[in-house]
Amino acid sequence: MATRVMLQQVQKRYGEVEVIHGIDLSIEPGEFAVFVGPSGCGKSTLLRMIAGLEPISGGDLLIDGQRMNAVPAAKRGIAMVFQSYALYPHMSVYQNLAFGLETARLPKAEIATRVARAAEILRIEPLLKRKPKQLSGGQRQRVAIGRAIVREPRIFLFDEPLSNLDAELRVQMRVEIAKLHKELGNTMIYVTHDQVEAMTMADKIVVLRAGNIEQVGAPLDLYNTPRNLFVAGFIGSPKMNILAARVESADGAGAKLLAAGQAIALPRALRASGPGARVSVGARPEHLMIAPGSGIPFADVTVDLVEQLGGQTMIYATTAGGEAMTIAVDGQQKIALGTALTTHVDPARLHVFDADGLAI
Amino acid sequence: MASAPSHEVAQGGSVAGAAAPSWWAAARSKNGPGYLFLLPWFIGFFGLTLGPILISLYLSFTDFDLLTAPHWNGGANFVRIFTADAKFIQSMRVTLFFVIVSVPLKLAFALGVALLLNRGMRGLPIYRAIFYLPSLLGASVAIAVLWRQLFAGNGLVNQFLLNFGIVGPSWISNPRYSLWTLIALAVWQFGSPMIIFLAGLRQIPLDMYEAASLDGAGRWRMFRKITLPLLTPVIFFNAIIQTIEGFKSFTPAFIISGGTGNPINSTLFYTLYLYQEAFGFFRMGYASALAWILLVIVALFTSFSFLTSKYWVHYDN
Repeated sequence: MATRVMLQQVQKRYGEVEVIHGIDLSIEPGEFAVFVGPSGCGKSTLLRMIAGLEPISGGDLLIDGQRMNAVPAAKRGIAMVFQSYALYPHMSVYQNLAFGLETARLPKAEIATRVARAAEILRIEPLLKRKPKQLSGGQRQRVAIGRAIVREPRIFLFDEPLSNLDAELRVQMRVEIAKLHKELGNTMIYVTHDQVEAMTMADKIVVLRAGNIEQVGAPLDLYNTPRNLFVAGFIGSPKMNILAARVESADGAGAKLLAAGQAIALPRALRASGPGARVSVGARPEHLMIAPGSGIPFADVTVDLVEQLGGQTMIYATTAGGEAMTIAVDGQQKIALGTALTTHVDPARLHVFDADGLAI
Repeated sequence: MASAPSHEVAQGGSVAGAAAPSWWAAARSKNGPGYLFLLPWFIGFFGLTLGPILISLYLSFTDFDLLTAPHWNGGANFVRIFTADAKFIQSMRVTLFFVIVSVPLKLAFALGVALLLNRGMRGLPIYRAIFYLPSLLGASVAIAVLWRQLFAGNGLVNQFLLNFGIVGPSWISNPRYSLWTLIALAVWQFGSPMIIFLAGLRQIPLDMYEAASLDGAGRWRMFRKITLPLLTPVIFFNAIIQTIEGFKSFTPAFIISGGTGNPINSTLFYTLYLYQEAFGFFRMGYASALAWILLVIVALFTSFSFLTSKYWVHYDN
């Protein structure tokens, strides 16, 4: 029986300084929600407020419809996996897993059963007698997750749990957490600053900036239709190319833009922008092409650097106006530095933002 | 023919002569300044530490009254200490009682105050300095004199008790309470272990407590299951230091009892007895033997603590 989490106008203030500005959010039962954003955006604070580790300054936190603002952390039915793992160094893995259950005064047999089940799920049975210092980073992470599992919580919270792991282990653990979610079916809220983690794990991504939600949606919705320039730049790797542009003409059927000296014909209408308006036009690196004849011409650039990734070639280039661009093309392309290229793009994949940065 | 041997001699002499100066010159040029800077330490270590230690070891096997030459008596001093010296037994009993009672009390008090100060209160540096002050002053003669005034028959403590209709005893001259006044003085000097506890508490990651609070642990369970175990390296360190300090304690007992260890030897600390033997009766050999026995006892206590530490001290790494 999964749990719904609702935030209604939730605020956080430290003295006079407000860091979370009235957030409204609904996380559906069994959903894997990821809070993502740059450092200092308030994503960890929001998670800690849900956990009960930070008091809520304003608004309501509802878990399955019940107001939880004043309910102590331990009684919210929440388990949390910390960035540092927060394992008790003087206790064995078994004792770490059993600590919460012993605190709740569960019978010893019940504790043993739950610990054994969690250990089996996470494949840490051989480690139960070891101390945390005798474990690798990945094993510690598993124990930290195990400590959450044994409590059989309604909601799992993860606070940047993979940031201390190396790249390979991070990918492995990412897959394991996703599998765990499928297996347990609980509501999970996961905080990260890594948009790749967000894209690969989430059912729902919540993009935060400076204590506000910028956009909420499924990963591909955010990728395909970012609501503003910030989301467009934050979701997707490498980040979207943004060029300053001017609307030459616009009507109900389409619009003509001028960007980096190149006329771009958009086959769709622009909302609330007439001729002469200053806008930004965005194209993802993987949507740009360097072969002539496909799509429409987008921008003329000079190649500054080429990275060969094997299956893909990354081209870093500059427009005549000095705007940096990244082009990701499939396969291994041999391109000399200083080469002049004309990029092409499918106009349906272009993103246009008004002077306030909102998608139009 | 005559010139050949002289040439060999000259050659041999020159080789031998060149080897020694080259080694010396190399040492002097490479390490000379270093040794020069180390010289004060060498003088201090050999002249003021190692030398007196070895001399006292020698003197412990002699009769020596400072005025005549030491007279070797084998192990007679030690035999007498262990078989015919009631004051040794009494001083050891007083000192052990003092250490066993004052050290845990002082550590508990220091930890309690450190826990209070660790709760992020305002003006923390001021409180820290105030609480540390007795540790700076405590071992001084002035504070011992003040303590004597406080706990005397007509001292401030009894005057305070009179407000509640209680007629207090003369704490210092009553053998039932005299040692307790010294224990109170020792516990009052909790500042130094408190500072170390405070530093230790700051080292415990906050997320341990957050994880425990999510697990439903209350304050007492957190203290028992997280704070205390994670603080054991600091507790161990403080216990060792304070135990050694306790065994060495001298000034307060000397001042408060007027150097006698009275009433009826109830404050006859080991070091005070040692002092009486050395500078009261000028039995330097006997006092040296007492000093070496104290050293062995402290070493045994410390070794025992280290041996048992693996069962109760938790090191993260």
